[in-house]
Amino acid sequence: MSKASIFWINGPVVKARGSRDFMMNEMVRVGNSRLIGEVVDLDQDTLTIQVYEGTRGLQTEELVEGTGRLLSAYLGPGLIGGVFDGIERPLDRLAQAYGDYVTRGVELFPLEEGRKWRVEVLKREGDSVSPGEVYARIQETSMIEHRLLVPPQVKGEVVEARPNGEYRVSDNILLIRNGEQEIPLRLYQEWPVRLPRPIKNRIPPSLPLITGQRVIDFFFPLAKGGAAAIPGGFGTGKTVTQHQLAKWSDADLIVYIGCGERGNEMTQVLEEFPQLVDPRTGKALMERTVLVANTSNMPVSAREASIYTGITIAEYFRDMGYHVALMADSTSRWAEALRELSGRMEEMPAEEGFPAYLTSRLSEFYERAGRAETLAGKEGSVTIIGAVSPPGGDFSEPVTQHTREFVRCFWALDRNLAYSRHYPSVNWLTSYSEFVEDLADWFENEVDTSWNQLRTEAMALLNEDDRLQQVIKLVGEDVLPDEQRLVVEVGRLLKTGFLQQNSFSLTDSFCSLQKQFQMIDLILYFYRRARELISLGMAISEIKRGAVYPKLLRMKEDIPAAQLEELGKLREEVEKFFDELAQRYGEGVRHAG
Amino acid sequence: MPVREYLGLSRIYGPLVVVKGVEKVGYEELVEVVLRGEKRLGQVVFLEEDQAVIQVFEGTAGLTQADARVRFLGRPVEISLSQEVIGRVFDGLGRPIDQEGEVIEDVRRDVYGEAINPYTREYPRNFIQTGISAIDGMATLIRGQKLPIFSGAGLPHNRLVVQITRQAKIAGGEKFVVVFCGIGLKHDEAEFIQSSFEETGAMKNVVMVLNLADDPSVERITTPQVALTIAEYLAFDQDMHVLAILTDMTNYCETLREISNYRGEVPARKGYPGYMYSDLASIYERTGMIKGRKGSLTQIPVVTMPNDDITHPIPDLTGYITEGQIVLGRELHRQGIYPPISILPSLSRLMKDGIGEGFTRPDHPNLASQLFASYGQAQNVRSLASIIGEEELSEADRNYLDFARKFESQFINQDFSEERSMEETLNLGWAMLAQLPPSELNRVTREEINQFLQR
Ligand SMILES: Nc1ncnc2c1ncn2[C@@H]1O[C@H](COP(=O)(O)OP(=O)(O)O)[C@@H](O)[C@H]1O
Ligand SMILES: [Mg+2]
Repeated sequence: MSKASIFWINGPVVKARGSRDFMMNEMVRVGNSRLIGEVVDLDQDTLTIQVYEGTRGLQTEELVEGTGRLLSAYLGPGLIGGVFDGIERPLDRLAQAYGDYVTRGVELFPLEEGRKWRVEVLKREGDSVSPGEVYARIQETSMIEHRLLVPPQVKGEVVEARPNGEYRVSDNILLIRNGEQEIPLRLYQEWPVRLPRPIKNRIPPSLPLITGQRVIDFFFPLAKGGAAAIPGGFGTGKTVTQHQLAKWSDADLIVYIGCGERGNEMTQVLEEFPQLVDPRTGKALMERTVLVANTSNMPVSAREASIYTGITIAEYFRDMGYHVALMADSTSRWAEALRELSGRMEEMPAEEGFPAYLTSRLSEFYERAGRAETLAGKEGSVTIIGAVSPPGGDFSEPVTQHTREFVRCFWALDRNLAYSRHYPSVNWLTSYSEFVEDLADWFENEVDTSWNQLRTEAMALLNEDDRLQQVIKLVGEDVLPDEQRLVVEVGRLLKTGFLQQNSFSLTDSFCSLQKQFQMIDLILYFYRRARELISLGMAISEIKRGAVYPKLLRMKEDIPAAQLEELGKLREEVEKFFDELAQRYGEGVRHAG
Repeated sequence: MPVREYLGLSRIYGPLVVVKGVEKVGYEELVEVVLRGEKRLGQVVFLEEDQAVIQVFEGTAGLTQADARVRFLGRPVEISLSQEVIGRVFDGLGRPIDQEGEVIEDVRRDVYGEAINPYTREYPRNFIQTGISAIDGMATLIRGQKLPIFSGAGLPHNRLVVQITRQAKIAGGEKFVVVFCGIGLKHDEAEFIQSSFEETGAMKNVVMVLNLADDPSVERITTPQVALTIAEYLAFDQDMHVLAILTDMTNYCETLREISNYRGEVPARKGYPGYMYSDLASIYERTGMIKGRKGSLTQIPVVTMPNDDITHPIPDLTGYITEGQIVLGRELHRQGIYPPISILPSLSRLMKDGIGEGFTRPDHPNLASQLFASYGQAQNVRSLASIIGEEELSEADRNYLDFARKFESQFINQDFSEERSMEETLNLGWAMLAQLPPSELNRVTREEINQFLQR
């Protein structure tokens, strides 16, 4: 193996010299404690290494040893339900073997080596195989069938095939011959994390990722295979939103990357997800979740790698024909890791100390999202939802600005909404989704033909309400004419009764599309009826008398998804309420006339 | 690793010195810089070829290039620990400064610690009673939480943390200790803090780690880490519930910036280094609970916001790491309200899992939410009143103004020596709500109103 001697140490960045045999992005072992690192620069016989573990105590003249491998992920059964650090070390087994603190210099194979999997082998001797084809199946969890794929660069004829049975991850299942070459296929494959896995074709987005969050699904929907950003200052609800999406969105598989954030938030997922039940399948949510956890106090270079490890795992499941959703909380911490490493390498900074390649790294990452025809001709997708943590909550900073260029959904979280405990604090005026049109047909066909029209109508009301709120701040509400006060009242219904959605509520944490639609339909019906009467001179105070208005405010909590017929009854109640008003009021007009 | 000694420094700048011709030196290794018998401690911060850059904790004033000797000690910055640390006072490098002699050593620990494996953490779920209504009632402190106080120059944050130190306790009577860490404290502040612990007898459950304003500023780099190494030891080796109070983290960050600038690093915002987030996380994330261990480590770092600006990098990065914040307000302070806790921007993110049934009292979550909403509404009314005048307000709106005044002067306001039980705080909260008509109370249930609301 190639070796070089360390002569320069600055935090996680180390330089060594004495060999020209290292590869770019090769994994290396650094120093006597055999810390894990990666080659990031080669110059004559000098190499620069980013070290994925703390370098305290490392000395000059200690050696760097090559491994001959690129920084790669091991992909195979056993990923689901697991929790890995940024370079895919299994944190659960790391804890069992080395205790409660993250130990340096240890390498653990990410997939359990001793565990036996029941494998159904789909190829026989003499069959030919091509890249991306499924050659065997494992029921990995009750929710996910793990399809073993012929790696992208492999094709040929099967010369040996094992029968169905129980195998360990490293057992050979098939032997493939291609000309002179013989290639064994095991239960796992390796893939260099910095390279996107190949696909056959991109497919335009036309399916929504249903999240059960009203402000998202109804106002700013995300397509399967799309990319979204959630920017927001601290405490505005990025993590809660990411957790909500991980829990409730209708992806087949979730990859959740805790990138430079809190340890307790990972613990929360680990404690909660095994208990939570997927509303569609009735199975524990952990059975479709892969966690990558490189918290803020873990080494910063492994934080940089965590994003790539996560997306590689996501692509691997996409290639099996699954819809995968990936959450990265927070991409800003990843960008800061880039900045920190770049600074230690003494590169020229661009904006706010970030390296000039920040933009290209961001775009490469978001480009790995997409709906695709896989090499084997199946459909799969990777949806990316990236949290962004702008310093001081100021969206004009480089990471937010550049992210905007690469995502088509922008859910802007608003500090003032969060301060007033309006959650999710997605600002309905500054957020947008460019998928609205792509998804219009789907919603009209699958939910209701008036979906898009109601969306437009509700949005117009919210805009008008916002304008009126500016006036109210100056003169109070009482002086507005009744038509405008009606807009304010309905604005309140929309904001409190529809947009606000408490993640911790048992009834309302997830809201089905049917319920979303019926709720908005009812609120807008209320508006149209009230407007008609007010134009005839009815006083605004009438609409809040009686039980109807508070019921609309509370229907999200009072009416569970299983009892949607109650919304039908509520609608009848609203009709009756206005019919009576109309009658009473109609008489009033006659008297006056 | 043997001790290696070299004579002479090739450069001295700011708190840094460079030694040439060294061999086999470890990154972040502890060193002694000795001049005419006087020892100063330092740490290797950069290595290139046969040169080591060392930051000298005690500062470089008076050092000369030719005569200084540098001894590499072959180990990281470490401290000695045992149960005996309780009641003792240490400096920012963990050396006793209270004339009681060395601490008998049970273990030695590297002050920078290691990251807790996220898999082994336990989610924090129970509360600490501070005896302060605005905190216990509205932003409850949870065991294993990191909850900073965002303050401003001249606001009484040090009084507040002293009061918390004296009063904090946990239900069930398990062993509870405070590690009080002063970073860049002024003499009179330190004096006030120490004497108030001694007078009240609180000191027997306190460990102090003190770096004063005129102590060498570089020592501030290790001060919080020393305090947290002590706190971790008591929490996770000795099964205690530990509250670590760090005041003032702004001084720590200033030192970080100073050193970074000397090293010629490219800054991120306002001159602070790009790694300040990770650096602060290496302090704040030491908080928590660990599966299978009985103790807990809770942190209250104090951050004074330069210019009262919450978007300044120090409070901003802190807020991104911690689990909520308690914000002190200048306006309340001007009105003579102590502690001047601004309720609306304050938030304890872990509160919802550690209050209510089985922890505090079943009505607590709804009560807190109602008080918050009503007080928020009152603020809207106030800003309207400031434009159109109080006389123009409706009857209902004027109720809100009364509510807000009472809430501030009776609920938030309390004496420096007044300790309120959780029960008292919650009852007081209900008494405040009695100002408002029941029709305005839509966050609490009818049953709760019947049970707790007295008119
Ligand atoms: N949808 C929601 N429902 C209820 N509470 C929420 C919601 N979103 C955010 N919160 C509250 O806001 C706090 C901060 O949210 P979090 O997602 O951790 O913020 P961020 O990640 O942006 O710093 C949470 O602890 C919770 O109290
Ligand atoms: Mg967060």
